[in-house]
Amino acid sequence: MSAEQASQICIVTVTGEDKVGIVARLATAMARANINIVDINQKILEETFVMTMAVDIAASTLAMSQIKKRLDKVAREMALNITIQDENIFKAMHRV
Amino acid sequence: MRISVEEVFETVQMTLDHHFDIRTVTLGINLKDCMDRRLSGLVKRVTDRIVEKGLQLNLFADLVEQKYGIPITNRRIAVTPAAILLEPLPRNQATVVKFAQALDAAARKADIDFLGGFGALVHKGTTAAEENLIDALPEALAKSQRICGFLNLASTQAGINMNAVVKVGGILKELAGRSENGIGCAKIAVFANVPEDNPFMAGAHHGVGEPDFSLNIGISGPGVVRNVVAQNPDCDLTKLSEIIKRTVFKITRAGELIGREMADLMRVDFGIVDISLAPTTLTGDSVAEIIEAMGVGRMGAPGSTAALALLIDAVKKGGAMASGNVGGLSGTFIPVSEDEGMIRAVKSGALSLEKLEALTSVCSVGLDMFAVPGNTPAEVISCIIADELAIGVVNGKTTSVRVIPVPGKKPGDIVHFGGLLGSAPVMKVPKFSSGRFIRRQGRLPSPLLALRN
Repeated sequence: MSAEQASQICIVTVTGEDKVGIVARLATAMARANINIVDINQKILEETFVMTMAVDIAASTLAMSQIKKRLDKVAREMALNITIQDENIFKAMHRV
Repeated sequence: MRISVEEVFETVQMTLDHHFDIRTVTLGINLKDCMDRRLSGLVKRVTDRIVEKGLQLNLFADLVEQKYGIPITNRRIAVTPAAILLEPLPRNQATVVKFAQALDAAARKADIDFLGGFGALVHKGTTAAEENLIDALPEALAKSQRICGFLNLASTQAGINMNAVVKVGGILKELAGRSENGIGCAKIAVFANVPEDNPFMAGAHHGVGEPDFSLNIGISGPGVVRNVVAQNPDCDLTKLSEIIKRTVFKITRAGELIGREMADLMRVDFGIVDISLAPTTLTGDSVAEIIEAMGVGRMGAPGSTAALALLIDAVKKGGAMASGNVGGLSGTFIPVSEDEGMIRAVKSGALSLEKLEALTSVCSVGLDMFAVPGNTPAEVISCIIADELAIGVVNGKTTSVRVIPVPGKKPGDIVHFGGLLGSAPVMKVPKFSSGRFIRRQGRLPSPLLALRN
């Protein structure tokens, strides 16, 4: 994982009860860590808020473990489930 | 093409709701070059290497776990069979025990919970050093915490070493007597056709045909497979096989990705992905429940063997498509004590020792983690082992036995081993003895591998 690598895309997932400010909170957390948001998908499935967010952490000021801690904090405060995983795991599992 | 929301959540749910994990990353370490005529020399070199590599293994496993969000549950080390390392040393039990304790201390220092390979390959015959190691096994395993033993007692090429099988019955009884509820026996597995690259304990060792280091991955997802089977309650069995294949493909790919990255980080060779479905004591993480989700009334009922055959076949096909490095045991584990569905099946009388043996004829790993009464004679234990190994030898596959004779317990009693090892109902063993058969000893000849025209 060299510092000068072009991009490292991770997928953030968020599930929980829909409420005001979810995207704003996450976007702020990302911006503070110099993480670029590449793509956002969200929908309401059976009254549950479901969102995936593709982010580029290559230029992040934080290590993966610290990013995870920040997201865990947001998850606790807003009563959501949030995960973050490197995109390659999804590519490996879902693309032949 | 970007990954869809549905695909993302399929993966996330596998880990969050269905216990998908990388069950183990196991580093195989060659120790042959550490051999010495003095125990102190051997111990020093072995300790240095295990501690250095073990710490690295833990560090990188944490990193990779964070990166991909898939738990890496166990980090383990497998070494060159200890009997080989002990060949140049004095043939006394104290040496064997001291070596086990040194390995134990090294594992503790590296924060590795289990280190495998404390055993011998004696499928055709036994050297004096191997004989010495086997004799010392009860004390060596009783006086260490993190060391796991294995013995390869049979192979398709050589047949069954019945002298060793007879001896091991007594060794296991002694080991059981030295630990609470006989749990010491959970730390040793005896094999036919032991694989050299198996990442799962207790039977892991770093085979003599392996390179200096080899990083092997054991994936696991009985809960994931059970979920897809349960979601398809009415499809025919051909379709069901396809569904299982697709799911196992996905989890194997995750294992392959994580294994390769671990090997790169550690700068060692990537070995294999073991695609065995290994249950845990967690609710829902049960192989028996997959069989029951297929429609079998209770694990062990008629239909179970066919259902298990379908399951393992689909697991292998899906896994082989996903990775060119599938190896190790790569079957389905049906340990009694570590699987809620198996425990229920034994308690309800649906699953007997005889049916368990039948199930293992289509399942790679044999009779695993089952308890028998403590007063079962050593000869009977040897006979159970001989039967199971014969299935492996004749069918050209791996089989193993991990039996726990629980002192003072009788059939129907429940024994709690605690933690990962779960609890087991003590199984009934037929009262007829085949002592006269087993006492003949010798080598049970290998099956005919030629004359195939």
